[in-house]
Amino acid sequence: MSERIIDPAAKGWATSWYEASARARVDGLLDAGSFREVIGPEQRRMSPHLPLFDLPRAFDDGMIVGSGRLDGKPVLVAAQEGRFMGGAFGEVHGAKLVGLLRAALALKPDAVLILFDTGGVRLQEANAGETAIAEVMRAIVQLRAAGVPVIGLIGGRAGAYGGGGLIAGTCSRLVVSEGGRISVSGPEVIETNKGAEEFDSRDRALVWRTMGGKHRRLTGGADAYADDTVAAFRQAALDLIGRAPAFDLATLEAEQARLEQRLTRFGDCRDGTEIWARLGVNDPEAVPALTTAAFDTLLASLGETTHDAR
Amino acid sequence: MEKLSFRHTTQRALAGAKAQAITGVVASGNLEVLLERALAPTECTVEIETPIRGYGEVWAAVVADFVARAQPGGLRITINDGGARPDTVSLRLLQGARLMEV
Amino acid sequence: MTLAEILASLFPEGHSVTVAEGLVNGEGPFRGGRLAVIGIDGDTALGVDGACRLAGYVLDVVRRGGATPILVAIDSDSQRMSRRDELLGLNEYLAHLAKTLLLADAHGHPTVGLIYGHSAAGAFIATALATRVLVGLPGANPSVMDLPSVARVTKLPLDRLEAMAKDTPVFAPGLDNMVRTGAVQAVLDPGQPLAEQIAAVIDALPADDTRDRAGRERGGRPVAEAIAAQVVREAALG
Repeated sequence: MSERIIDPAAKGWATSWYEASARARVDGLLDAGSFREVIGPEQRRMSPHLPLFDLPRAFDDGMIVGSGRLDGKPVLVAAQEGRFMGGAFGEVHGAKLVGLLRAALALKPDAVLILFDTGGVRLQEANAGETAIAEVMRAIVQLRAAGVPVIGLIGGRAGAYGGGGLIAGTCSRLVVSEGGRISVSGPEVIETNKGAEEFDSRDRALVWRTMGGKHRRLTGGADAYADDTVAAFRQAALDLIGRAPAFDLATLEAEQARLEQRLTRFGDCRDGTEIWARLGVNDPEAVPALTTAAFDTLLASLGETTHDAR
Repeated sequence: MEKLSFRHTTQRALAGAKAQAITGVVASGNLEVLLERALAPTECTVEIETPIRGYGEVWAAVVADFVARAQPGGLRITINDGGARPDTVSLRLLQGARLMEV
Repeated sequence: MTLAEILASLFPEGHSVTVAEGLVNGEGPFRGGRLAVIGIDGDTALGVDGACRLAGYVLDVVRRGGATPILVAIDSDSQRMSRRDELLGLNEYLAHLAKTLLLADAHGHPTVGLIYGHSAAGAFIATALATRVLVGLPGANPSVMDLPSVARVTKLPLDRLEAMAKDTPVFAPGLDNMVRTGAVQAVLDPGQPLAEQIAAVIDALPADDTRDRAGRERGGRPVAEAIAAQVVREAALG
């Protein structure tokens, strides 16, 4: 597959978010020339563990962190490269994100943006990855409590799976696109454990009705739905910075009520289309094929998909 | 992992003043190339780490061809290979050189 | 130790902790006040329903006020792997549970995790790993994935993985490896009263998250602490 060369002359706003590398996403998302990377590839802080498995390493261990501006606002940014080891959390990868969040506590940027693209924990560094994920969640909560919004952007090929899905659930706000999936267990793992009757992992339409961007947006699992372009993600992130809920007892009480209500209303549903029907969608079967504009219209008509309980 | 290292002399330094560039991703059939303007103007080194052993001669030929074409004098080039084919390697190296010429 | 033995050792004067469908909830007298206990028993998988209920129990403790510490006792499977759980947004439920524990911890209710049985993946992250400090009992078995499954996914022979596991604590399951990684602070002594040991843990709670430092000191995570610290030092708003 072809790599898009970062052309310093073009802004690249029409670039597909899904197809872009992590570096290209950061480059396109932030104000031109504003990105300052920390622990960049030239420092060669690579995985100390992958050579044991005869696996190639990445200069940045698949995690890019640094600072920049978003429409003039100072932000800290982390971006996962989903094509390297499935964007999975290893020791260095996780530590860079933990460090960024701790830096944000001291620096108090207008927001921290996390560009998710991860299958979860990197098996070869499982214990380090898993612990890092827990450290990230604790750091995000601390940051939110200190008044810094943490915005998650999900639209890459690896999605936000496993521990990545849990981290996403701690963010103040989430932007998701059609291609972005959010889940804990992956389709193959469910099928291996429970059989194809339970989940046919080769049924792509089923995967997207269950874990995909539109479904998550409709059920309030994400707060904004973006077209698959850098420009759309940029605009959505900007919109959400000003609408981040506080991290306090009231918010968590509201989330408890929201999540309890979801179980009551949809707990017996077998498929995404059933849930959408109960939400008031007239033609649930047509949802997957809806254009962004049509989907936005649908969301506006439903109203209840937007909340502050995260 | 196999480590390979090549040193070349070029006729001239690579144009431009860019200090560093990176292109590509470490994934199956792909590779990551880091370029740093770090050497004397007519020196070029290419270091490779690859999980696919036994292709030293192919790498040597691809690198020599790239050096002859791009004249990347002054560049220290480091590669993390994910098992890319020679034509992909050539493409990335040329992409990288182009990024450095800015 | 079984949950019943743990509770008896924590609360020699009795307690009101119950288990229903694998979910643990209740409290007992502790150092002149109370100690709340929530958790998972019986190697039970954690799904949307269980996570929602546990989160509610945590919020109950916070709403009641006081400075009641919360013990999160865990013998769980991984997250429940089903179409229904993912359809309903399991990631939100697990994250919400972790958030309630993190909120409680920040609002005067110190949280202590106690892993005494199994736990894995999403269930482990949402419960035991979301506490301020996590301790274990001998025989506990936290894991990300069992080695035979790792062998299947990585396509490496199992005996080779087992050999590698001996030299590096970074990937293989087991309590000792999680201690070395810094995720588990200490292993308690089942031969001594638990109430005193838990009290000592609470009295020594770190102010910050120092798991990466422990990982470096114990050799389980040689570089994480330094990497995070370097980012903190070098990041600056432009």
